[in-house]
Amino acid sequence: MKEWVDGLVEGSSLLQSLPIEVSYFLAMVFFSLVAVGWMAICALFFVWLERKVSARIQSRLGPVYVGGRFGWAQTPADALKLLMKEDLVPESADRLLFNIAPAIAFMATLLTFVAIPIGNGLVIADLDIGIFFILAVSSLGVIGIIMGGWASNSKWSLYGGMRAASQIVSYEIPVALSLIGVVMIAGTLNLVEIGRGQAGGIWNWYLFKSPFLFAAGIVYFIAALAEVNRTPFDLPEAESELVSGYNTEYSGMKFAFFFLAEFANLFVISAVAVVMFLGAWNSFLPWQILPGPIWFLGKVFFLVLVIMWLRWTLPRLRVDQLMHTCWKVLIPISMVLLIGVGVQMWLFPGN
Amino acid sequence: MPIDPTTRPGDFRTEEMILNMGPQHPSTHGVLRLEVTTDGEVVAAVRPFMGYLHRCFEKHSEHVSWTGVIPYTDRMDYLAAMNNNHGYVIAVERLLGLEVPERAEYIRVIMAELNRIASHLVAFGTFGNDIGAVTPLVWSFRDRELILDIFEKACGARLTYNYYRIGGMSGDLTPDMLEDVRKFLDYFEPRLKEYDDLLSYNKIFLERCAGVGVIPLNMAVNYGLTGPALRGSGMRWDLRRDDPYSIYDRFDFDIPVGEGRKGEIGDCWDRYMVRMWEMAESVKILRQCLAQIPEGEYMHPKTPKSIKPPKGEIYVRVENPRGELGYYLISEGKTSPFRVKVRSCCFTNLAVTPAISQGVMIADLVAIIGSLDIVLGEIDR
Repeated sequence: MKEWVDGLVEGSSLLQSLPIEVSYFLAMVFFSLVAVGWMAICALFFVWLERKVSARIQSRLGPVYVGGRFGWAQTPADALKLLMKEDLVPESADRLLFNIAPAIAFMATLLTFVAIPIGNGLVIADLDIGIFFILAVSSLGVIGIIMGGWASNSKWSLYGGMRAASQIVSYEIPVALSLIGVVMIAGTLNLVEIGRGQAGGIWNWYLFKSPFLFAAGIVYFIAALAEVNRTPFDLPEAESELVSGYNTEYSGMKFAFFFLAEFANLFVISAVAVVMFLGAWNSFLPWQILPGPIWFLGKVFFLVLVIMWLRWTLPRLRVDQLMHTCWKVLIPISMVLLIGVGVQMWLFPGN
Repeated sequence: MPIDPTTRPGDFRTEEMILNMGPQHPSTHGVLRLEVTTDGEVVAAVRPFMGYLHRCFEKHSEHVSWTGVIPYTDRMDYLAAMNNNHGYVIAVERLLGLEVPERAEYIRVIMAELNRIASHLVAFGTFGNDIGAVTPLVWSFRDRELILDIFEKACGARLTYNYYRIGGMSGDLTPDMLEDVRKFLDYFEPRLKEYDDLLSYNKIFLERCAGVGVIPLNMAVNYGLTGPALRGSGMRWDLRRDDPYSIYDRFDFDIPVGEGRKGEIGDCWDRYMVRMWEMAESVKILRQCLAQIPEGEYMHPKTPKSIKPPKGEIYVRVENPRGELGYYLISEGKTSPFRVKVRSCCFTNLAVTPAISQGVMIADLVAIIGSLDIVLGEIDR
């Protein structure tokens, strides 16, 4: 993306007439807005998709009226409603923390969007530590959730916040461990490089490169579900237990921020899974038939569909079972898989 | 607050947190309030509070005619209004010494069993929702809708039916309604398998329910539990067989009990599963009803215009979807009852909650309440 900006700056007489700092600043603002817009579009689309998918699973219709066909305008309409709602802050809440908590949760998700490549080189910030950046930044979101739970001064929110804290911090470990295997094979943390390494057919995808990575991909998927609080791991917002969890006291736009972040996280975990395991933007044939972004988005939407399918089918685990799954099952497995990848690399060097 | 430097790790003062669960909590099934003393996620003690839905049913009954009580019974256990009607009209008929026509008895059993299925469907759906699975609720309501359509055809109402009358029914079942029932049964039987696939044997569901909230048999009996809560603990006790009323002695059906297949006898899964099996048994009864139903009157022709049972008192109990519903009626020979007392099954079933909820997690408490399947309308009356 940087080369493209350079080309733009050089090619445009208007931008060239400005000082270099100003033109780069304008480019920065522009791409930040691109990230925000992209995230908002993803979240709105996924909310709509979830409504339709859940409706199909539950033999309902879902939204049908708003916007003419398929109820496509239902989520924008809801977003507008949330925007115009009265902004309620509970009297006994910690106002400052209560107000910045949704912003932090939102920001953490937004930052991950800049590092995700949706095509060959098509990324806002081509970071050499791409995957590391995503892991580091996305775990900031939990701070917003704990803050919201604590600041609401409601016992239910507090429970939700505490559950979120223990859950997200625990599941970071299997997520990271299962991704390290790919990093070892690829030899880079750069997401674009990792994607390029999987070109040339389905057998080059890291998921199918080695049995250990195949298992690691599954471990990643399960652990990532838990990290973004999706069913069967949606304990922080378990509505039948904790009313609504950490966002019980939130309303209006602040609630929308939490909600937006949650659905945008769906995109993030699916996109990371696609880049790391499912060949990024490469087609499953040795030659690229359609443009890369189409392949990429197609795979992401497939994974998102699977996640939604799980959500509307499965019940929810209990807190102790959740921790048991993480510490006694997923972490040992991902450790073993990591060693397996290492052994494989040692036995078959250069493959 | 500055930390006292003399404090050592073991010296921290901890205290239990009192959590007010309800009456607006989504999974207290109505307006139950639980005062939960918690130690982190672990429940130390539970105190149920009720009375948020008290509508003075028993007192009202003393000021309306004997027939006028029937709509009030609808509003007790609003998920099983037909069964509530049934117990009350039987009680008044026994006071009067009135025989009900054959056909009316069959219509009563058909309605009561259909309502049992409808009620168990809600129990299945809401229990799934309590455990975190959302889809069973929608599926169960989809299928319950068909039963409600039949009820609507028969009596015009979809929730509070007021269909039973002293001496018979308010209307007959036409052949096409019986055909609807048959069609529903054909549709419904495969659905039971579907529910099992979706929820009953799901691994996560088993983890959450099996071995949780165990009620041993002696505790179940000591607390006076009835219905699926008692049968889940392994006692084969069903008034339809053990104290037959109406024409239940003519039908061939099993009484499923909890066997502790997945955990211990009397756990949440057993109570849940007893309901699922009971739906299949109700289907059996309904098929026999449809095969046997005779032509004839749907209302006793000699039913008095103004009902004045002779002086006396009576206690009648019937098997509701949630347990034993008892009516204790006292007549002074007037046009309205002197006293109507209801023995509520949900009330006694709820009373066991504090005893089995010590040391469970909050999520288990939700599962326990859901598996007892209480309806607050009947607890408060």
